[in-house]
Amino acid sequence: MKLGKYCVTVMLGKHLKKTPPEKISAPAKALHQHKKENGEIDKVKARKEHEIYRETHNKKWRRRRWASILFANLLFLVSYALDIQILEGSLTASRFLGFHMADLNSALQVVLAFKEVLINLLIGFVTILLMWLLLGGRTFCSWVCPYHLLSEFAEMIHIKLLEKRWIQNHTFNRKARTGFYIFFALLAFVSGYTVFETLSPTGILSRALIYGPTVALLWVLFLLTVEIFYSRRAWCRYVCPIGLTYGFVGALSPLKVNYNVKDCHHEGDCRKVCLVPHVLEWTVKGRAPEINVELGPDCTRCGMCIDVCPTDSLKFHFKGLSKKP
Amino acid sequence: MSDKSNKKPRLTRKERARREFLRTTALAAGVGGFSLLQLLPTLTHSAPRLRPPGALDEQQYLASCIKCGQCVQVCPVEAISLADIFDGQGQGAAYIDARAQACDFSCDGLQCVLACPTGALTHEINYAHQTRMGFARLGRPGSCLAVQGEGFHGLIRGPEYQGKLRFEKIDRWNPIPINQHPFELELCDLCIRLCPIEIRRTQCDSGKPPSGDINQCPPKPAIAMERIESEGKATHYRPVVFEGCVGCGVCEMVCPTAKPSIVIDIRKTADDSAEEAQV
Repeated sequence: MKLGKYCVTVMLGKHLKKTPPEKISAPAKALHQHKKENGEIDKVKARKEHEIYRETHNKKWRRRRWASILFANLLFLVSYALDIQILEGSLTASRFLGFHMADLNSALQVVLAFKEVLINLLIGFVTILLMWLLLGGRTFCSWVCPYHLLSEFAEMIHIKLLEKRWIQNHTFNRKARTGFYIFFALLAFVSGYTVFETLSPTGILSRALIYGPTVALLWVLFLLTVEIFYSRRAWCRYVCPIGLTYGFVGALSPLKVNYNVKDCHHEGDCRKVCLVPHVLEWTVKGRAPEINVELGPDCTRCGMCIDVCPTDSLKFHFKGLSKKP
Repeated sequence: MSDKSNKKPRLTRKERARREFLRTTALAAGVGGFSLLQLLPTLTHSAPRLRPPGALDEQQYLASCIKCGQCVQVCPVEAISLADIFDGQGQGAAYIDARAQACDFSCDGLQCVLACPTGALTHEINYAHQTRMGFARLGRPGSCLAVQGEGFHGLIRGPEYQGKLRFEKIDRWNPIPINQHPFELELCDLCIRLCPIEIRRTQCDSGKPPSGDINQCPPKPAIAMERIESEGKATHYRPVVFEGCVGCGVCEMVCPTAKPSIVIDIRKTADDSAEEAQV
C-alpha cells in the first residue's frame, strides 16, 4: 500500500527520483543486477526490434479507444437527434436508459457551489463512481472524453513539427494541476458558481456536439493551438481537474496496466507515447521495485504503451481476474 | 518565450527549472485570470435571461445547474436553449428566448423540471400555474393593436416565423407551427386568448380541466382585456396582467406588432409587482 500512496503523490506532482535500493525487492534486485551484467550485448538488437515493431505493429488499443470515444459521444447525439432516448443529456450529466449518471467533477463543482447534496445528483455520482472504480478511473479520459481525441490529433501534429525542428516542446511543473484543482474547488465554494464548467473543453465539446456549435468552441480551438505549437498535451497534463478527480478513483481501481520487468529492453518507447510518462517510471532501468508492478493512478489506461511495447512487458491487468506473468 | 538552446549551449538544469517555473506561473495566471474573467458577465448581470419553469433564484440556479441540457431534450416546443460563452457562468445553462419560442406548457407535466438531475429547476412544483419565470407587462402600449382598437387578420408574425404552440382543438398532444394557424379577430386579443394560464382557466370553467386533473386549474387569472373609456373617440382596450401571470412568455411570442407590445420582465413575479404598486 505504501507504493500506492507514493504513486498518488507522483500524480499530484511529486518529482521523480531513483527508487531507493531498500524499496526494491530481492528478486527484482537480482533481475536488475542480471540485466546490468548482460544487457549491453543486446542493446543494438533491442533498438532494431523496437524500430521494426513501431512501424509494423497495428495499434489495436488505439483503434478500440477511438471507437469508444466516438461511440459514447455519438450515442448522446443520436439519442437526442433521433429522439431514441438511450443516453439523454451530455457528458456533465445524463440518463442512460433512465438511470441517472453524473460526471464526478461536475457534480463536485455543483455541490461546492450550491452547498447542498441533491438526491438525483448523488445517485448519478455514485453510479459513475462505481463504474469508473471498476473500469480504472482515468479510463474516462482516454476512452470517453472528446477533448482527449482532438488533443491526440493535436499531439500528432505537434510531434511532426518537433521532428522538423520547427517548434520546441515546453513543459510545465506537474504540480500546477494540483494547484488548479484546489483553486477551482475553492473558487466554486467561495463564488457560488461552477466556474470550471465555463472552461472545461470536455463539457463545451459535448454540448456543442449535441446541441449545436457555440462560440465557446474558440476556447477549445485555442487550447489545441497551444498544444500543437507550444506544449504537448498541456491541458490534460497540467490543468484539467477532471483528470485528477478520476485519477483518485483510479487509485482504488482493480483495472491497471501491469509492468513486468523481465523481458523489457528499457528503450523507453512507452514513455515517449505516454500522456503521463511519470506513471511509467518503473520502466527505467533499475527502478522497478518488484518484478511485476502496476502503473500509478494517473494512468489513463489508454493502452498506447501496450501497443508500442514489442516485448509484452506492459499489459492490462484486472486484479483477481487476470494472472500476472 | 522561445528557448534559444539551438544557438546557445545547452541550458543548465537550474536555468531550465527557472524557465519552467516562470512558464508555470504564466499558465496559472492565464487560466486563473480567464476563469475569473468568466465571472464578470455574471456579476455585472449583463445577460439577464428568462429561465425555464421552476428555476431557482438566479445565483442558486447557476450554482446548481450542471449544464447538461436534459431539459432542452424533453421540451416539446423546443423553447429551451443553452447559453454560450458570453453568459459567463450561465454558459451551458438553460434559458428561454420567449420572443423566438416561449414555453406554452404543452407538455402539461413540466417535463423540464422532471428532467433536471440537480433540482436547479425545483422539483417542488408540479403545475404550470405554480411557476414564476417572470411577469408580463404592456411595455409598448403605443403599438398595442388593442389599445388602438384594431383587430388582427392573418398569420401571427408572418409565414416565415417558426414558433410552435399547442392548440387544444387542433391536436391535443402535439404543438403545431403557428404559421399554420391564421386568425381573424375584430379586436386583437392574442395575448389573452393564447395565454396558457387563461386557456387552462377556460377549460376548468367549462368543467374540463387539462388531463382531467383539477390540480391543473390555475386559481388566479393571469391576463384580461380592460375597456378604456376615452373622450369622443372609438372604444379602446388594453390587456391587463394579474397576479396569476407566470411569465411564460407566450404573450410576448404571439404579439403581432413588429416589436412586442407586451414583454416579460425577467425574474419579476406578481408579488414584486404588488409590492411596487404599494410603494
